[in-house]
Amino acid sequence: MVIRVTNRRKKVKLCREDKIYYAISTTLITLFFLTVLYPIIYVISASFSSGRALMSGKVFLWPVDVGFEGYKAVFKHKDILTGYANTIFYTVVGTFINVSMTLLGAYPLSRKDLPGRGWITFFFTFTMFISGGTIPNYLLVKNLGMMNTRWAILIPGAISMYNMLIVRNFMQSNIPGELQEAAQIDGCNDSYYFFKIILPLSKATIAVITLYYAVSRWNSYFTALIYLNDRNLIPLQLILREILVNNEVSFDMLVDPVLQEKQETLREQLKYALIIVSSLPIMCVYPFIQKYFVKGVMVGSIKG
Amino acid sequence: MKAKRLAMNQNKTIKKVKARWQLYLFLLLPVIYFCLFEYVPMYGIQLAFKNFNARLGIWDSEWIGLDNFKRFFGSYYFERTIVNTLRISLYSLVVSSAMSIIFALALNSMPWEKYKKIVQMVTYMPHFISTVLIVGILNMLLNPSVGLYGTIYSAVTGIYTPPKDILGMAEAFPHLYVWSGIWQGLGWNSIIYISALAGVDTELHEAARIDGATRFKRVLHIDIPSIAPTIVTLLILKCGSVMSIGFEKAYLMQNNLNLTTSEIISTYSYKVSFSSTVTDFGLSTAIGLFNNVINLILLIIVNTISKRVSETSLW
Repeated sequence: MVIRVTNRRKKVKLCREDKIYYAISTTLITLFFLTVLYPIIYVISASFSSGRALMSGKVFLWPVDVGFEGYKAVFKHKDILTGYANTIFYTVVGTFINVSMTLLGAYPLSRKDLPGRGWITFFFTFTMFISGGTIPNYLLVKNLGMMNTRWAILIPGAISMYNMLIVRNFMQSNIPGELQEAAQIDGCNDSYYFFKIILPLSKATIAVITLYYAVSRWNSYFTALIYLNDRNLIPLQLILREILVNNEVSFDMLVDPVLQEKQETLREQLKYALIIVSSLPIMCVYPFIQKYFVKGVMVGSIKG
Repeated sequence: MKAKRLAMNQNKTIKKVKARWQLYLFLLLPVIYFCLFEYVPMYGIQLAFKNFNARLGIWDSEWIGLDNFKRFFGSYYFERTIVNTLRISLYSLVVSSAMSIIFALALNSMPWEKYKKIVQMVTYMPHFISTVLIVGILNMLLNPSVGLYGTIYSAVTGIYTPPKDILGMAEAFPHLYVWSGIWQGLGWNSIIYISALAGVDTELHEAARIDGATRFKRVLHIDIPSIAPTIVTLLILKCGSVMSIGFEKAYLMQNNLNLTTSEIISTYSYKVSFSSTVTDFGLSTAIGLFNNVINLILLIIVNTISKRVSETSLW
């Protein structure tokens, strides 16, 4: 019965005004959709096109003179490879530190039976409103002897207060307190309760903050810009900045002498290929993280 | 008697604390971290009132009172950076909010589920591209000789001399900054409105349809009023951060030709401390502190308004 009703409804003819409305709204959506899509397709096509086709302006939508020189150059460029490895290291280790520290802070704060909870919460949240700023932080890192070491990237920014509040609010309002009382009666201590009950129940929220942390680790360049000089330590984003934004492609870095000859045409190809290669990891996980998007946005707006 | 009861109470508290010792152990690392990386730098704020000398350190540097602030307020950078900061943040606040709301409304009323999914998938994607890449892509596409802009220009006009360089035009900077931000964030920013729209009671739509309301009328009289609280709250909260535009994008988009419109507070403060020939940590800290105080005041004002209007508060 029900099915037939909906079927019939679909066949109802749209009135003229509705048709106009749908035409306009769909055009708007499509227009924006194409505006977002076109540069992406163009960059992909350009990365597979020959340098000469790029320089003479023949690439509009599809690759012209398909080739992989750009990619070959990217994978022979020593700085890019080092940067890539460094970024993977910073993202994996850094996100691990972020998530563990956030959970360590969020769990006790979510417990209503923690003596002094109000004071400790104040101690943490106070820092959201007043912060030392760049220079005092810089001097601190310098005085701690972390300048030009991996620690300067990994340790500062280990906890985002905002994410910690998200997790705390979730644990506080979505995990019933009765669960903890019951566990306590059964002789479950506080850390066992955390690992056996809280963690499994907060999986989705942890996934969301892991996503937040990982993306910001992968994309960040400011800390590296001020704390690192050693070219063996700098992350990919700084290399990208040199090549894409400041347009400095050092071809000495290309080990292959044959490639060196084609410098001029290679430059543009390399840049386009580099864009693709450097955003590949996030694009690979993109389909899997999509289901967390809505949750990810909404989770921040829940008030605890 | 009283003393005894007090002692007993104290004992009770100690007992309670002891019972929760594991929780304090959990807090140990975060507390150390916050002491070291949040509270110790606060001690460094005094640099704003000092003439910093690296040899003497923070405490022993010469106290110069408000001189750093006076220097900032007196320089022509003061007006320029504040105007530039406000210009791009208000511009982007208005345009990006309006567009995300329209986008969400249009997408919500779209009858083709499959197409909707594809549009969402593609438009959310740029959010994950790094700022460096966004600016890099922008620079490459707008390159007048070898970029897409130059290519299309010569294809359309038939002239093979490169067109004007948009990237070097100061008056184009706010537009480039804001619209590239919209390209990157419109889809993502609309998520919150889309999920607010998903919560709209379908019976309202049913009833309106039976009464002969067109889709557009339903958008005007059902959808918009339903998400109005979300819109108002978000707008108010965004107003709280108009003075705190991040350093990263503006810094990357700067070049010598567009500095008159692209120098904002955060980039100026960075340059004062790191990329000028004479590093001036005192001045930079003063600028940072000034900005921090303004942000704090804005946040408090905005939060008070938000509490009154929509009963949503940050704390």
